[in-house]
Amino acid sequence: MDALVGNEANRLAPSTLASKGGWEKPMQVTVEDVVRTFGITPALHGVSLDIHPGELVALLGPSGSGKTTLLRILAGLDFPTAGRVLFDGEDALKFTVQERNVGLVFQNYALFRHMRVLENIGFGLRVRPRSRRPNRNDIRHRVLELLDLVQLSGLEKRYPAQLSGGQRQRVAFARALAIEPRLLLLDEPFGALDAMVRRDLRRWLREIHDKTGHTTVFVTHDQEEALELADRVVVMSQGRIKQVGTPDEVYDRPNSPFVFSFIGESSALPVDVEKGKILLDGRPLNLVAKDIPSGPAELYFRPHDLEVEDNLLGGIQGTVSAQRRHGGSRRVELEVDEQRHRIEIDLPADFEPNLGDRISVLPRRWKLYR
Amino acid sequence: MAGARGLALKQPSVIPGFGLALGFTLTYLSLIVLIPLAALILYASSLGFSGFWQLVTEPRTLAALRVSFVISFIAAVINVIFGLIVAWVLIRYRFPGRRFLDAIVDLPFALPTAVAGIALTAIYAPNGWIGGLLDPWGIKVAYTPLGIGVALVFIGLPFVVRTVQPVLEDFEREVEEAAVSLGATRRQTVFRVMLPALLPAILTGFALAFARAVGEYGSVIFIAGNIPYVSEIAPLLIVIKLEEFNYGGATAIAAAMLLIAFLIILVINLIQAWQRRRFSQ
Repeated sequence: MDALVGNEANRLAPSTLASKGGWEKPMQVTVEDVVRTFGITPALHGVSLDIHPGELVALLGPSGSGKTTLLRILAGLDFPTAGRVLFDGEDALKFTVQERNVGLVFQNYALFRHMRVLENIGFGLRVRPRSRRPNRNDIRHRVLELLDLVQLSGLEKRYPAQLSGGQRQRVAFARALAIEPRLLLLDEPFGALDAMVRRDLRRWLREIHDKTGHTTVFVTHDQEEALELADRVVVMSQGRIKQVGTPDEVYDRPNSPFVFSFIGESSALPVDVEKGKILLDGRPLNLVAKDIPSGPAELYFRPHDLEVEDNLLGGIQGTVSAQRRHGGSRRVELEVDEQRHRIEIDLPADFEPNLGDRISVLPRRWKLYR
Repeated sequence: MAGARGLALKQPSVIPGFGLALGFTLTYLSLIVLIPLAALILYASSLGFSGFWQLVTEPRTLAALRVSFVISFIAAVINVIFGLIVAWVLIRYRFPGRRFLDAIVDLPFALPTAVAGIALTAIYAPNGWIGGLLDPWGIKVAYTPLGIGVALVFIGLPFVVRTVQPVLEDFEREVEEAAVSLGATRRQTVFRVMLPALLPAILTGFALAFARAVGEYGSVIFIAGNIPYVSEIAPLLIVIKLEEFNYGGATAIAAAMLLIAFLIILVINLIQAWQRRRFSQ
């Protein structure tokens, strides 16, 4: 870890640029039982989370899940009603925003529009107290280096209004990196960009993170973004953390119906469990549910984790009620017999069923929740 | 109307009536603004340049012009400073009576200026509430140039507040938060990030307050004392010349004021245009 970071840090003049508690070592962040209420509405109900040094963590959740509130508490722009926040084991709440040395990037860039790119990026260094302020040449040198890092060399004389959205967000990034932050916080960093730019910037952010090794937390409501970018994903809903895990863990082993349906696409069917058998409308499915107590449950599965079954007896049977092209495959809507629930299945693109065709499918991977 | 069809002015647009609207605008501006001003210039030019110059460079006229422009400028500067603070307080804080205070800002717009002048004179005269407090310190407000300043500050305040207020209200909170997270102190955030962003609005407010102050007559003549060479404003001198049937003299002063005011507002507009070019494409 040290070597990774040292690489980047060595290119700066450490004597002038290193700040107290600088970025020689990525920071560990600990959130303990953080509660935040606005008036009587709770935004966070006792959230606990460990973020490891150098980790890239996504806070993922629908709007109102408290993810932005948590980010703002880490930044020092908001304060918990109860609970603790530790940076490397030290109480972070006693530090002001300015003292926390945290790099912030917003969805709408929040650039200083009266300043050129050069001045925007150098702002954090220029406002330092004289004792810690690098001289003009060092600032300029540092800013140009950062511009190079974010691949915007040559645009230092531009004003933010003269840049595209993607370029602006890179400037905002460089500006946040300029202060050698101990922690990078990104609030929906790609939210205002169009799909193409967003994809590019995602890859770019991953590369930058691998180069600089900052502990990074980003907020997103886009599960694809979270899964693609993050080392670990924190799924939040209604002020609570629902699940924390690697992208594989949250995608393959979601611990709740909420996580299952929020991450990736899914369908659900009400079933009954009886002595290790799963009954759909009273008929057993060809699935084994060992060690699951009997009673009603919900069967969750993903459209692409299904097999079209010839054995009509053990499958989920239904009629095709709609179909459309979905990327490399064909998404078919199936109306399941009797309960008339609709499920979605992915079939090869060259398979074109007619409306009303009968199909029988069986999930390859599935989860039961009750 | 206005021959828009023949010129290349007409562009396909979902908003109808370009020709009509432009024609109306031109006619209206001509009747209300351009023709009276043109008449003024025309009359002034009939004096001949040497005649004009002689009238304008009369010591009493020069003194009146100086009083008008210098004090108006100072008043506009004061208004910028305090108008900003008022706008800041009204936008940034929530307190009981905020709406009432907000409404009070408009009073100088609505009050007949003569009433304002008399009220200010009564308060700032040596035997008035505030004048009485200042008198022992040897500070005289009413019947001095200082009094003119007070009146001009009074009538100019709403211009700055009302131009800065909406811009401040729209100022993105995140920009401030970004500055703070980068380590900027409150003072640095205000002076390096917020004020520069507000500058175009501040300049507009300044220009409006200044222009209003230069033309102000009603409130000033009550509080100024109107001592020639000391506290006599140019608009008053124009009225005096008119009362003496000295139309040439009145016109010359008016034309000179028009010219100076035009130049100052032009400069302010150029600064704004320059800024707009930087901030937005």
